[in-house]
Amino acid sequence: MGTELGKYKLCVSARSTDKAILKKAQDGGIVTQLFKFALENNIIDGAIVAGPSDEPWRPRPFIATTVEELMMSPGTKYNISPQLSLIKEATRSYGLDKIGIVGTPCQMQAVRKGQLYPVGLRDVPDKIALAIGIFCMENFPYQSLKQLVEDHAAIKLKSVKKMEVGKGKFWIYGERGQVIAMPLKWIGEAAHHKYEQPGCHVCLDYVANLSDVSTGSVGSPDGWSTVFVRTKKGDNIWAKAIESGCFETKPIDQVKPGLELISKLANEKIGANQKTVEERKARCGAHKELRNPYISVK
Amino acid sequence: MPVKADAKLKAEISKKEDKPVADKIKAGHVHMSGCTGCEVAIADNYEGLLTLLDKYVDWVYDLTLADVRHIPKMDVALVEGSVCIQDVLSVEEIVETREKSALVVALGGCACYGNITRFSRGGQTNQPQHESYLPIGDIIKVDAYIPGCAPTPQMIRNVCVMAYLLLKGNKEQQELAKKYLTPLMQLAERGTTACGCDLMYDIINQGLCMGCGSCAAACPVRAITHEYGKPNVNREMCIKCGACYSQCPRSWFNFDVIPEFEGIMELIDGAMK
Repeated sequence: MGTELGKYKLCVSARSTDKAILKKAQDGGIVTQLFKFALENNIIDGAIVAGPSDEPWRPRPFIATTVEELMMSPGTKYNISPQLSLIKEATRSYGLDKIGIVGTPCQMQAVRKGQLYPVGLRDVPDKIALAIGIFCMENFPYQSLKQLVEDHAAIKLKSVKKMEVGKGKFWIYGERGQVIAMPLKWIGEAAHHKYEQPGCHVCLDYVANLSDVSTGSVGSPDGWSTVFVRTKKGDNIWAKAIESGCFETKPIDQVKPGLELISKLANEKIGANQKTVEERKARCGAHKELRNPYISVK
Repeated sequence: MPVKADAKLKAEISKKEDKPVADKIKAGHVHMSGCTGCEVAIADNYEGLLTLLDKYVDWVYDLTLADVRHIPKMDVALVEGSVCIQDVLSVEEIVETREKSALVVALGGCACYGNITRFSRGGQTNQPQHESYLPIGDIIKVDAYIPGCAPTPQMIRNVCVMAYLLLKGNKEQQELAKKYLTPLMQLAERGTTACGCDLMYDIINQGLCMGCGSCAAACPVRAITHEYGKPNVNREMCIKCGACYSQCPRSWFNFDVIPEFEGIMELIDGAMK
C-alpha cells in the first residue's frame, strides 16, 4: 500500500540510556525517556500519561508534572485509558501551556481533530507540545483484560508483573516467576475479533501516523523500540534528545526484523479493518448500513 | 530638525492611506436568544480578533460592537442564539438574515441545537409568554454549524480563516477551505437536535467508540465520565450543546484534512501573524 506507515522524517531502532527507565520499561523506554527529557528541558510543562489507579493494571489518565510522577507510569497496560479526557483540564486546573500526551493511534487522531476542529477544547489547540503515539493493533476494555488474564490464564491481575505481545503470543509474567503464553487468536487479532473493544475494528492506523513521534516494539530486537519521527516539532525534540545522549540508536535497516515486519502488520490491520468498514454496509445481510465515520457526518 | 521629522511622518501617514483597502469578506454577528457567550468567544481571540478584522473580515453588523441598526448584506452571518417563535421581531430578523447572507453559520449550541434554551418553559418578566425557542435551522436553511457552549475562540478563528480562503483565496486554498468546512456543513444537514445521548445512539451503539475521552474533555458541564472504558453521560446535567458528538473522532473524521494538521496549523498561524 505504501501509506501504511504514514509520513515520517526518520525511523530508527532506539533505547533509553537511563538504566532506571530501562528497568521499568516495556521495551526501549522511549516514551518515559522522551517525556523526562522534555520535562527537564521545559519543552513540556507536564504530560498526560496512563497512570496507576486503585485497581491492578487499570490505567487512569494522569498528568505528570515531575519526573517522579512520570516514573510511576511506565509500561504498556493493554487496556483503555481515556487520555483525551484530561486534555482541557491540563490547561485549566493544571495550568499547562505546553502539554505532552501519549496515546494510541486513535487518540492521536483525536488530538489532531481537536486541534483543527476544537469544538469544545478551548485554548487547547496551540498548547500541544509533544504528542507521542504508540503502535497499536487493538485495545481491550478492562473487563476484557480481566477475562483473559484471570479466566483464560488463571492468574490474578494483581499478581501479574508484566504483560507483552511478541512472537505471535500474549505473554503474562507472574510475580512468582510464572510465564503464561497465550496464542493471539485466543484474544483477538484483527482477523479474529474476540475480546478487543469493537471500536478498534474500524481503526485504519497501526503506527500512530498522526503523532509527533511514534514508537513500539515491533521491528526492533528485544529491549529496543522502533521510533518514527514524524513532524517538525517531533524532529526538533528528538534531535535535542539525541544530542544530550538520552538514547542509543541503530539504523532501522540494520536491525531484525526491521521495517518489513511493521509494514506487514500495518497492512494486515488496515486491510482487515477496511474490510470491516465495508462489511458494516450490510452486516449479516442487514438492510441498513451501520455508520461510517470516515465519510459522512450523518 | 523637528520640522523634517514631521514631514517624514506625514509622508508615511499619507503612504499608509494610499494603500488599497484589503479585499475582505463582509461578516457580522446576529444576536438571537443567546447569552452573548458566543460573542465573547469571538472577542476572546484577543489580538487575533484585531488581525482578523485588519486583514480578512469587515465586521458589518453586530449589536454590541458595530453601530448599525439594520441587517445589511453579508458574505457570512454568524448567528448566536435560538429563535423565540413568540417574538415576531426575532422570526423576521432570522428570515432577513437568511435573505441577506450568502452563508449562514449557526454559532454555538443554541443556534445549532437549542442548547440550554430547550429547557425554557416561559414565565420570565417582562414577556412571560415567550416560551418556545427553536434552533435557527428549524426556521431557515443553515449552511454550517459551529457547535459548543461556548464555541471556542480557536474554532471561530479557524472557520473565519477558512471562510476567507473559500471566498477570496486562490484555487488551492479554496479547495482546502471547502474540504475543511465540509463536515461543518454536513453537521448542519444532520439536524437540529443534539444531546449527550448522541454518544450512545451514534457512537457506542454503532460499535464505533474506542474510549479516547474527547467527549468528556469537550463537555462544558462535566457531565461525561467513563464506565467500562466508554462515555457515560449524566443526562440530567447535559445541556444539549452538541460539543461531545462533534468533538468525537468517530462522529466524523475526514482523512483528506486532519492528517494534514501540521500544514494547516502553520497556515492558520501564518494567517494570524
